[in-house]
Amino acid sequence: MTVQDWFEKRKEAQIQRRALEAKAEVVENPDLWTKCVHCDAQLLKSDIEENMMVCPVCDYHFRINARTRIAQLFDENSFEEMFSNIRPTDPLDFVDTEPYKDRLAKALEKTGLDEAVITGLATIEGHKVATAIMDFDFMGGSMGSVVGEKVTRIMEKAIELKLPVLVITSSGGARMQESALSLMQMAKTSCATSRLDDEKLLYINLLTEPTFGGVTASFGTLGDIIVAEQGARIGFAGRRVIEQTIRQKLPSDFQTAEYLLKYGQVDVVSARKDLRKTLANILSMHEV
Amino acid sequence: MATILDFEKPIMEIQEKIEELKKISLESGMDLNKEIETFEQQADDYRKELYSNLTASQKMQIARHPERPNFLDYVRLMCEDFVELHGDREGMDDRAIIGGLAKIEGRPVMIIGTMKGKSTKENLEYNFGMPQPEGYRKALRLFNHANKFNIPIVTIIDTPGAYPGISAEEKGQGAAIAVNLREMAKLEVPVIAIISGEGCSGGALGLAVANKVFLLEHAYYTVISPEGCASILWRDATKNNEAAEALKITAPDLMKHDIIDGAIKEPVGGAHSNYEFMAEEMKRTILASFEELDKLSKAELKSQRYDKFRKMGAFLE
Repeated sequence: MTVQDWFEKRKEAQIQRRALEAKAEVVENPDLWTKCVHCDAQLLKSDIEENMMVCPVCDYHFRINARTRIAQLFDENSFEEMFSNIRPTDPLDFVDTEPYKDRLAKALEKTGLDEAVITGLATIEGHKVATAIMDFDFMGGSMGSVVGEKVTRIMEKAIELKLPVLVITSSGGARMQESALSLMQMAKTSCATSRLDDEKLLYINLLTEPTFGGVTASFGTLGDIIVAEQGARIGFAGRRVIEQTIRQKLPSDFQTAEYLLKYGQVDVVSARKDLRKTLANILSMHEV
Repeated sequence: MATILDFEKPIMEIQEKIEELKKISLESGMDLNKEIETFEQQADDYRKELYSNLTASQKMQIARHPERPNFLDYVRLMCEDFVELHGDREGMDDRAIIGGLAKIEGRPVMIIGTMKGKSTKENLEYNFGMPQPEGYRKALRLFNHANKFNIPIVTIIDTPGAYPGISAEEKGQGAAIAVNLREMAKLEVPVIAIISGEGCSGGALGLAVANKVFLLEHAYYTVISPEGCASILWRDATKNNEAAEALKITAPDLMKHDIIDGAIKEPVGGAHSNYEFMAEEMKRTILASFEELDKLSKAELKSQRYDKFRKMGAFLE
């Protein structure tokens, strides 16, 4: 055990002890405290944040938004955003229980984002990539015309600059409010990856909680190498739809990153704390 | 017994009157031909009027009509010398996607489509037109074969979507579709896709990255089934008619957004009322598209297809 390991262990023990003592305080001070949705442990919010939004007790990986992902994964201040001028519209005048326009406005207000993906250039331990990071908080990370266009543009930018592409997914699937236009984003983005093939540029997928539907069935699984974050749920059809169709209970670990690994659908499953190293390592192997 | 759609009931009522008059005329010897003709004209007019003003949800019912012609009907009526080519070469032969070599007016084509049955027994065999990953992989194998031997490709699509099941997920349903989307972009032969009934979601798109995409007049093409959309957005699957309207799933709406190249006319009463007419119209569209696409070089075919999908979408910039 190195000294560093010893400090890590001690810190973990402290957090666990604090968690057990904290029950009463959670009710009194909800700004400071929260509960792990997985193991129910009472935790100081700052402890989770310091631990990359992973539960220090049970190792549950909380879903994180795009900005947090950028801060965790890329070298400090290395991220340069591109294509932020591409913004959504409402081509079908779609209204369900609420107009699409209102849903977009609410999503913007909630997240401070214009859309469900951020695109740009960044470095990971010095390795430069063209990257797209999806954000589930913006309308479930759904893919409409803007997501499709930005993902395609960043791939085209990668071709221009001869860079590898890293796409980080977190999405419930296609955006229903844009109907067939959003369906066609699956075709558009997948066709764009064919040009990465032509140029022999490395394409890496990082699949994070959750990745489903139209994203899984397009650019989300076309990477030369597919890395999945520990515990992420990944699939084509949603769990409920499958249960309703086949009328039987599904295994509890069904559609987790680990389950997909077992069935040969992803190359690597990585804990959040190891992602930088894993990705940097993979990138370095393709630079000879 | 033919399936009657609820909005066709007024026509059926007139039809019943006609039958009744015919019976009376026969039994009593009275000449009722004039009355019968009037009613027949009325039924005809009503049907024409009805079928030229269908709502999205009415079209949805026609597209799902249990007697709607299926893939093998079209193959039988449009093609000669069909040789079915089975299997994904990885241990499976999905029956929900069928493909093979055939001739249309003497010209070899690779024809591939989703297959629906007309009876319960058939539907179990074809899994209600819902493909498994191995179906998409078989299709890809056939696409590549056609590409190697410079044979044009025709796909005919009628599916409620790719199958949602345990083994489908374990075998990578999403990835199987995704790979087809990417690989279809690389093909250097003409590819024509026709949505002949239901064109639901990635399950339909997985065969439809084509140089020319058509819908039958009453078919529909959507990102999610109207029922699925209603149960998510309205939290009520019975709001499927509202969802069908909102999703803009019919040919005229899709043409407005350049998602399809055109609609193929159906007989009055829908494709199921006249198989021969429907197959003939479909064949005519395919031959006309070949004529157009034959003018393009291999590289141009590839880039025309790429550019077509590259332009799709609506956003502000």
